[in-house]
Amino acid sequence: MTGTTVLTRSADETRDVGRATAGLVHAGDVIVVAGELGSGKTTFVQGLAAGVGIAERVVSPTFTIAREYVGSVRLVHVDVYRLERAQELLDLGLEDLADDAVLVVEWGDVAAGYLPADHLAVRLTPGPGADTDERTVSLTAGGPSWGARADAVAAALDAR
Amino acid sequence: MTPDAGPATILGVETSCDETAAAVVVGGRSVRSSIVSSQVDLHARFGGVVPEIASRAHVELIGPVVAEALAAASTGLHDLDAIAACRGPGLAGALLVGVSAAKALALVTGLPYVGVNHLEAHLYAAWLEEPDLEPPLAVLLVSGGHTLLVIMEAHGRYRVVGQTVDDAAGEAFDKVARFLGLGYPGGPAIDRLAPDGDPEAIRFPRAMPGEPNFSFSGLKTAVVNHARQHPDTPVADVAASFQAAVVDQLVDKLAAAADGAGAPTLVLGGGVAANSALRARVGTLGAATGRDVFLPAPAFCTDNAAMIAAAAWWRLEAVGPTPLDDGVDPTAGLGVVA
Repeated sequence: MTGTTVLTRSADETRDVGRATAGLVHAGDVIVVAGELGSGKTTFVQGLAAGVGIAERVVSPTFTIAREYVGSVRLVHVDVYRLERAQELLDLGLEDLADDAVLVVEWGDVAAGYLPADHLAVRLTPGPGADTDERTVSLTAGGPSWGARADAVAAALDAR
Repeated sequence: MTPDAGPATILGVETSCDETAAAVVVGGRSVRSSIVSSQVDLHARFGGVVPEIASRAHVELIGPVVAEALAAASTGLHDLDAIAACRGPGLAGALLVGVSAAKALALVTGLPYVGVNHLEAHLYAAWLEEPDLEPPLAVLLVSGGHTLLVIMEAHGRYRVVGQTVDDAAGEAFDKVARFLGLGYPGGPAIDRLAPDGDPEAIRFPRAMPGEPNFSFSGLKTAVVNHARQHPDTPVADVAASFQAAVVDQLVDKLAAAADGAGAPTLVLGGGVAANSALRARVGTLGAATGRDVFLPAPAFCTDNAAMIAAAAWWRLEAVGPTPLDDGVDPTAGLGVVA
């Protein structure tokens, strides 16, 4: 597991981190986005989606559980916030939903045990400063495929 | 255009999200039955837990829910004139269950199948209780999954003039309620608590003033930040102030949209339309601006199949049956249908 941590000072900067990550993703990837309420998970995904050429507005998938977008790759945006039991996650059939797509799962900690080890973990934390717009964004590459891209992730964030 | 082909009896099926629902509606207006799975005790018939979200739950419930809708309407399949289902937007796997069931019934009975847009159906819910309603209407459609401002210019002609850029209004209610420890569903919980609090205790942001689109993500974050910085604020004050910020944003944009379109009638739809503060404010807006206001009963605001059967009746008249090879459209928008 190799990680990179950056500080953002606004929602736009969090969106830029998502956009910077977009150049590294391809179909079949899993990205888990974790963080408490209001930490900017959907904001990050909006940047990622823009970065893969999705013109459509990315909105929260909480109630529909999953939303699908098509850019240079298909992006399936899933939010497991409303799922009470792991069985419901299995019933969703994420593997089928995300066949040949980039699968982005919000509130992924709940689902972590059911997702492939090979994924990019994104965690958003308020702070460290008192400014309520500040976020610490950490990206951790796990598994062989993302592990091999860890340096590229760091480079992409530096170049943003 | 007013359909004049007589009072067709239509079976509607709705499985776009959590609810498995079926209903029989005559002439697009007269509800003979409307069954929603969460409202009836189907557990006993099946035993065990019925998970709400999974497609599997829809598969298990669709047969009994349809049977219940027909029985409650004292209607047999041979009494029907068409069979309709919601084709989107919604969760693909869930939509497929309702659409497949409706097509199968259409195939075995030889009746026409009608695929219905979920958002269009929410608009037609208004006719279930107000049969003489005439467009143009300014409709605010607010639920857990949707926040839309629609000008319905005529039957089949819709103009979406505003929508959320992030979270849906109902989602904001639920997330804030859960954060405040008020439980689920959050809309009713905040609605109940808000009268005990001061809606002006905290000035939460009214997002995107002067713009037609909605935003609730920043408001949600503002509530979280406030609670963190001022943990001693009474929860009722937070709930009341949050609700006031949501309702202000919704009603201001509805007023602007109705003005812009010259719509003489205001209509609410979606689960958040059950919120008493929102209903009161829209009523006040109507009275102040000389507009008619129509607020459907909560049972027809939340997801139901009577609205599917109602919309299907208009669609059948305007464009005819839907081919059986038509699929589902999980990301369907609301445009000009006819």
